[in-house]
Amino acid sequence: MGVWNFRSGTLAMSGSPQDLGAQLDRRDLAWFVDKAVQALVFLGGVSAIVFILGIFVFITKEGFGFIAGRFDIVEFFGSTRWRPTSEQPTYGALALIVGTASVTGLAMLVAVPFSLGAAIYIGEFAQGRTREVLKILVELLAAIPSVVWGFIGLSIMNPLIIRLFDVPVGLNVLNSGFILGLMAAPIMTTIAEDSLKAVPDTYREAAEALGATRWQVIRRVVIPAARNGLVAAVLLGVGRGFGETMAVLMASGHSINLPTSVFDSVRALTATIAAELGETAVGSEHYRALFTLGIFLFVVTFIINLTADLVIRGIRKK
Amino acid sequence: MVRPENGAGPVKLAVKDLAIHYGPKSALAGVSLDVREHEIFGIIGPANSGKTSFLRALNRMDLHTTGMRVEGSIHLDGRDVRKWRNVYALRRQIGVVFPLPVGLPLSVYDNVALSPRLRGIKNKADLDVVVERCLTRAALWDEVKDRLDSLGSLLSGGQQQRLTIARALSQDPKLLLLDEFSIAVDPVTTMRIEDILRTLKDEITIILVTNLVQQARRLADRTAFFLSGEFVEVGETEDLFTGAVRDPRTRAYVEGRFG
Repeated sequence: MGVWNFRSGTLAMSGSPQDLGAQLDRRDLAWFVDKAVQALVFLGGVSAIVFILGIFVFITKEGFGFIAGRFDIVEFFGSTRWRPTSEQPTYGALALIVGTASVTGLAMLVAVPFSLGAAIYIGEFAQGRTREVLKILVELLAAIPSVVWGFIGLSIMNPLIIRLFDVPVGLNVLNSGFILGLMAAPIMTTIAEDSLKAVPDTYREAAEALGATRWQVIRRVVIPAARNGLVAAVLLGVGRGFGETMAVLMASGHSINLPTSVFDSVRALTATIAAELGETAVGSEHYRALFTLGIFLFVVTFIINLTADLVIRGIRKK
Repeated sequence: MVRPENGAGPVKLAVKDLAIHYGPKSALAGVSLDVREHEIFGIIGPANSGKTSFLRALNRMDLHTTGMRVEGSIHLDGRDVRKWRNVYALRRQIGVVFPLPVGLPLSVYDNVALSPRLRGIKNKADLDVVVERCLTRAALWDEVKDRLDSLGSLLSGGQQQRLTIARALSQDPKLLLLDEFSIAVDPVTTMRIEDILRTLKDEITIILVTNLVQQARRLADRTAFFLSGEFVEVGETEDLFTGAVRDPRTRAYVEGRFG
């Protein structure tokens, strides 16, 4: 009499020595575990997409009422009057956009040379223990909470700028840009250093065998080879700058202003949302206008990060 | 150990009592040999016999290799390579071809033009001349002249290896070091490169490290045998194959009894 064994998928003759085939094979269990893990990993991967979509849907839904109704694209991008609480509210975000952009721009002026220099030193020149210690320190720097940076801007940079440049207020583009630059530099350093390290040593040896000096090797071979990663590091720093809230709120002066110099106080998009959202009634026009700012921020950072990602994947001219 | 040779050129490279260590580990010891001008000097031996370390010592790559120590003396054109204060000036005189072709992430043109550009040549016309001459010497010009702007890494393996030869030649080296160049190259290309080397011999001195005994026999005027970090002997290549050698291990190796 034959018995079909479902577990091992074999036909076993009961009572015969072939019974062995009917016993539990470890691989059956392993197969099951395999499938289960596959499903879990799939869920994990998909959940990231689901969350991103969820966030996008949420802020779009909250902001939509404003975009569909009161929103005036000329006013939003063209006017500096952000007066959501006045009798006749106006929603001009230009000063906020310029505020964020100027702070981020200055931050990049500070962070790019700093982080690329640090990455080149750590990746190409530092040896052994120095290198390890530096890497750990840079990663520690990246972990400093942004409110601490804001505190430094408020209590150290502010009086310093007033004294050094003889200006009435030290909370301005210079202060917040500098703070933001120092904040973004560690993560940019880490990514830039990773991309330098990904350049194979054979490239360096080949260039050195051609009599290239250390610096020539770095400039002619290593940096071009790591170019994508370096660009991505900068773009991620820009994204960080755009999205940073607390430090900018504390160090920028938070006053609506089209800056004409680095000593002007400005207000950032993010800081506006953070400062005002708690004061608004859910569903009110002001509330929805703030979410519209959120949509704008989301789209900008999404584009920046997407660009960084595409660059990392190596969109080259050929 | 060097047998006198009729019509031999002057000594290009003189190595005496060379020993190489990585940390506490000895990689190669007791090397004393002379390489003469315009000869192809073969170095054979199984894996881990110190052949590559020997080449690295010649162009002072030990400087950037942590733990690598070189003892003894190496004289290039009568000048101790360890006494060059500007190591880059030394390296400019030595071309190196690595086992796996290292196409730098640059176009074919830029790969060859790299060294002239490092030297300071900016004029496009001058660079064009150098690039064409080197690619022609490396028997690659006809195949790539229409695609000089495409990435070097898009060439086939054999073409890439010839590209690295062209690149090594672009600095007009007096000495060309080849480290098992045929390891990733098909037999037809290997033969073409071997032809190139025979031609180049008239102009430069070549040291050829190979694990193919027959390749050394085809190309090398004289050959040294390294075994497990020991310098066994050096002699006329034919002597190594016809039994006129002293050490039985050499005979055993070239006959393929081990290795």
